[in-house]
Amino acid sequence: MEKLMSWIDDRFPLTQVWEEHMAKYYAPKNFNFWYFFGSLAILMLVMQIITGIFLTMHYKPDAELAFASVEYIMRDVPWGWLMRYMHAIGASMFFIVIYLHMFRAMIYGSYRAPRELIWIFGMVIFIALMAESFMGYLLPWGNMSFWGAQVIISLFGAIPYVGDGLVEWLRGDYVISDATLNRFFAFHVAAVPLVLVILVFLHIVALHKVGSNNPDGIEIKKNKDKDGIPLDGIPFHPYYTVKDIVGVIVFLMVFSAIIFFAPELGGWFLEKDNFTPADPLSTPSHIVPLWYFTPYYSILRAVTWEWLPGGAKLWGVIAMGASLVVLFFLPWLDRSPVKSIRYRGGIFKAALAIFIFSFLGLGWLGTQPAEGLNLLFAQIGMFLYFGFFLLMPIYTSLDSTKPVPERLT
Amino acid sequence: MKKLFLLLTLVSMPVFASGGAHLDEVDIDMNDTASLQRGAGLFVNYCLSCHGAAFMRYNRMAKDLQIPEDVVKDNMMFTADRIGGLMKTTMPEEDAKKWFGKAPPDLSLIARSRGPEWIYTYMRSFYLDEDSPSGWNNVLFEKVAMPHVLYNLQGARKAIFKKNDHGKEVFDHYEMVKPGSMNEEEFDSSVRDLTNFMVYLAEPARMIRTKLGVYVLLFLAIFFVFAYLLKKEYWKDIH
Amino acid sequence: MSEQNVDKGRRRMLTLATSAVGAVGAGFMATPFILSMTPSARAKAAGAPVEVDFSKLAEGVLLTIEWQGKPVWIVKRSNAMMEKLGTLTDLLADPDSDVIAQQPAYAKNTSRAQEKHPNISVMVGLCTHLGCVPLEKFAIGPASDMGDDWSGGYFCPCHGSKFDMAGRVYKNVPAPTNLPVPPFRFLNDTVIVVGENPEEAKV
Repeated sequence: MEKLMSWIDDRFPLTQVWEEHMAKYYAPKNFNFWYFFGSLAILMLVMQIITGIFLTMHYKPDAELAFASVEYIMRDVPWGWLMRYMHAIGASMFFIVIYLHMFRAMIYGSYRAPRELIWIFGMVIFIALMAESFMGYLLPWGNMSFWGAQVIISLFGAIPYVGDGLVEWLRGDYVISDATLNRFFAFHVAAVPLVLVILVFLHIVALHKVGSNNPDGIEIKKNKDKDGIPLDGIPFHPYYTVKDIVGVIVFLMVFSAIIFFAPELGGWFLEKDNFTPADPLSTPSHIVPLWYFTPYYSILRAVTWEWLPGGAKLWGVIAMGASLVVLFFLPWLDRSPVKSIRYRGGIFKAALAIFIFSFLGLGWLGTQPAEGLNLLFAQIGMFLYFGFFLLMPIYTSLDSTKPVPERLT
Repeated sequence: MKKLFLLLTLVSMPVFASGGAHLDEVDIDMNDTASLQRGAGLFVNYCLSCHGAAFMRYNRMAKDLQIPEDVVKDNMMFTADRIGGLMKTTMPEEDAKKWFGKAPPDLSLIARSRGPEWIYTYMRSFYLDEDSPSGWNNVLFEKVAMPHVLYNLQGARKAIFKKNDHGKEVFDHYEMVKPGSMNEEEFDSSVRDLTNFMVYLAEPARMIRTKLGVYVLLFLAIFFVFAYLLKKEYWKDIH
Repeated sequence: MSEQNVDKGRRRMLTLATSAVGAVGAGFMATPFILSMTPSARAKAAGAPVEVDFSKLAEGVLLTIEWQGKPVWIVKRSNAMMEKLGTLTDLLADPDSDVIAQQPAYAKNTSRAQEKHPNISVMVGLCTHLGCVPLEKFAIGPASDMGDDWSGGYFCPCHGSKFDMAGRVYKNVPAPTNLPVPPFRFLNDTVIVVGENPEEAKV
């Protein structure tokens, strides 16, 4: 065994990689609940890829056959239903994990220097994941798939001059059609997953270069013992591997409970209207994207001011785009001298609470018809959402802070 | 675990409730094989002549509902020549379009797209209407093209409408014109059987899914115990 | 970190136990994935036994049905055809159907049929050479375009293999073996089930 290892190590840095990233990667010893979601995100990525491969064996990316092939998977393929549920519900679970992972970064300042690139890679992963799930959602070719894609692709039509041509180019037809389904399939099963895997790799390389942040927001590398090992660090393996296994099991229990006892989750994870085949002649009475898009969908619909130059539709699209782009600038918007919420003052805590409230509020409003009070609330929510980011340089400089200890608490 | 289930039931509450019409609750039970069998009988006799259930195979139904294959072959298969065949409709699509204006929808997934409560309410909401081409109308689905196929069971009823405060005609109650072979209780119970079967039809995997889920969660619980003890053992090192 | 108080035995035991449970879990998890690649209900339905009513089938007419995606021939042979079968022994490569895999035991006879219905021939219509569908050449003599001494049978257009009315292959043609006879049973005197052995032949 030792001989084999040294044979490999002469040709490939296996032991070195293992030590650098697992056995001798020193992570802060005070990771809490919020730190489970990084490993869970990797779990979900792997799970989606594996179930996706097996679904691809039976799925037909053809407008005539797609809907029936999904039902074929659900009924005729041995255990096909389990794979399909794992994949479709997995998409929602993936987003839950990613949102909580992002929230962790926000409360503990994990995006701050020197971890700006980790945050930016993460944000690109988030955007790629949105594209991935959006295109995947068309594949079952249900009526909601069809009209959801119709609405979202039409957004690009708001771009002045090139919009209409762009929309036709994206669809490859004058409507959402077989051509659109086929290219979405290509992107969904090959192009985007490849990009995702590379980005996740970069995200982890960047993380392991600077080291993990922690709930105290203190750099553990500042306090090292005589061997150069951080005093507050513990090897990732075995301490965090055994801990993450516990996290994975608890997560799988929640995941399984949904798969086996409530796969539709009351319409949140699998929508009723998607059990009807795509019908280009009749729109579902109530078009809603899946829950993980609804905050942005809400912002899109909240812009209704026709007096804006270029029209409300264009600015709705811009606002929606901006709500994602602004996240990229988070590392430079935050001017607080401390990272973690533990040592921040009341202003930031209040701002974060308002932000979370507005984000969830927008998410809920996105599932409701945009009219009357709902519209007004969505507009307020939008201003709160942007206010959190755009006013951040001001309120984080003004905010009081508590003294940060030298060592982890 | 209890909390988890509670949370699940909470979020499982239909969020996108279809506005307006009142839907009656119906007891769906995949373990009530007798009900599913009766429902299957009603389905093949009353629904399958116009509608298809083209994603469902006869032998799958026979196996899941514990109906002997010979019984299915002799009494339930009108549209396929093989027991492994699909439950297609006997009616050619062109004829259907001619008779109803549009082809009756496939019913394989209707319980998932409409919901069981909708089906249960709909099948019990037909009334006589001279103005309708089929002679029937439906309180839940106004101007529906489908006639009341179960009328010899339920009987023929008139619907009495009343003006509401806004001067709009709203449904008030039914009046029996010609009683059917069943009383109201028997009929409701039959429609419940039919609905139960259609819920099965929309997701045959439901039969195994809930049973399997219990074992999966049990296994994960055992796994959790070991993993948690292991974690605790290692973390003794950390102060 | 304090290394001294570590109960190494307990630690190893727990690691082993957790790994074992995890491995069992991985096995459970892998099973549905592996099983999902076995034939689906659709494939099984397509490959299921087929009932064929041959009551209206005239003598000497070829009826082709599909079983497991393959063409299966059913022919009610005339007495003239039956008489010829016994006379061909010297011309055939395997007149006694000694290649066991090519027919069920109950069809290992001159007419390659079941005892009760010797004139009913059931065969998979795929040439044993490279899988083309042979043509029917049932006419006896010159009318068949197969030469004056042709006794009726099948001719494969791909590479010229010849078979008699029982699907037995002639000598000196590319096809190596007789045409396969699938399992079949008589439900009654007019209905055949292709793909199932007779009750009495079930082992």
